[in-house]
Amino acid sequence: MVAAHGELAAGLVSGVEAITGRGAHFIAFSNRGLAPADIERAIRETVEGANLDVVFTDLPMGSCAIAARKVQRLRPQLLVVTGVNLATLLDFSMADGVPPREAAERAVARGHEALGTIGTPKHAG
Amino acid sequence: MPVEVYRVDDRLIHGQVVVGWAQPLEISFLVLVDDGVAGSDWEQDLYRMGVPPGMVVHFVDVATAAQSIPAWHGERRKSLVLTGDIDTMRRLCAATPVVRAVNLGGVHHAPGRRQRLRYVFLSADEEQVLREMASTGVVVTAQDVPASRPIALDQLLAGTDLS
Repeated sequence: MVAAHGELAAGLVSGVEAITGRGAHFIAFSNRGLAPADIERAIRETVEGANLDVVFTDLPMGSCAIAARKVQRLRPQLLVVTGVNLATLLDFSMADGVPPREAAERAVARGHEALGTIGTPKHAG
Repeated sequence: MPVEVYRVDDRLIHGQVVVGWAQPLEISFLVLVDDGVAGSDWEQDLYRMGVPPGMVVHFVDVATAAQSIPAWHGERRKSLVLTGDIDTMRRLCAATPVVRAVNLGGVHHAPGRRQRLRYVFLSADEEQVLREMASTGVVVTAQDVPASRPIALDQLLAGTDLS
């Protein structure tokens, strides 16, 4: 499950689909217009309904992450990932045969690696 | 220094508060007035995670907030006082005359509420509470982020020209 602000989750999942054809591995969820209790309920129902082990969220203190952490309190085996990006999801989607929590930990590392700056240093000699 | 913002936001401490409002207004003192969170160490830990370094956050109940507001206004730091619902803000306003303006920043959908803005849904009881607050001189406006236009209560409840 990917839970995020606006259309971000759907956009990330569409990116996974475009690159790998594995967008269907994810359930995209938007918090748009929803009260915190509704977000928590939707995440809980999705996690329980699909028996999910991992929820990817965007901002660490966004309402999706907070709601996911409240679900996690009742379901300690759930792993909540914050700061999700496309590199993270791509890596996770390709982790065939790897236990979901382990795959998520590896995917987070790939997501970290993907974040950077490219350009000529301003004061390069 | 006066409290910069008294805000109602059912998402409590989240990005729009600590980034959207606190950064441009240079707010470094945040108070969450919520009887439930004030009594829950776990929830305090959760919300404290969203507070950036250098920002002080207090979790208090309404009674403590009413007693502490004069001291908050004496703080050298700019501050923001947050409640999760309109009734808590009403109780705070009733307990102290210091609150002169209230920002509706996030009151989302729930049964019995009618949509007034993308981020404001109100029940008939809540609308009446807001009218009563306004009748005591409290200026009530809706505004999700500082860059957006504040919408006066009369306009909000009339449901006109809310683009």
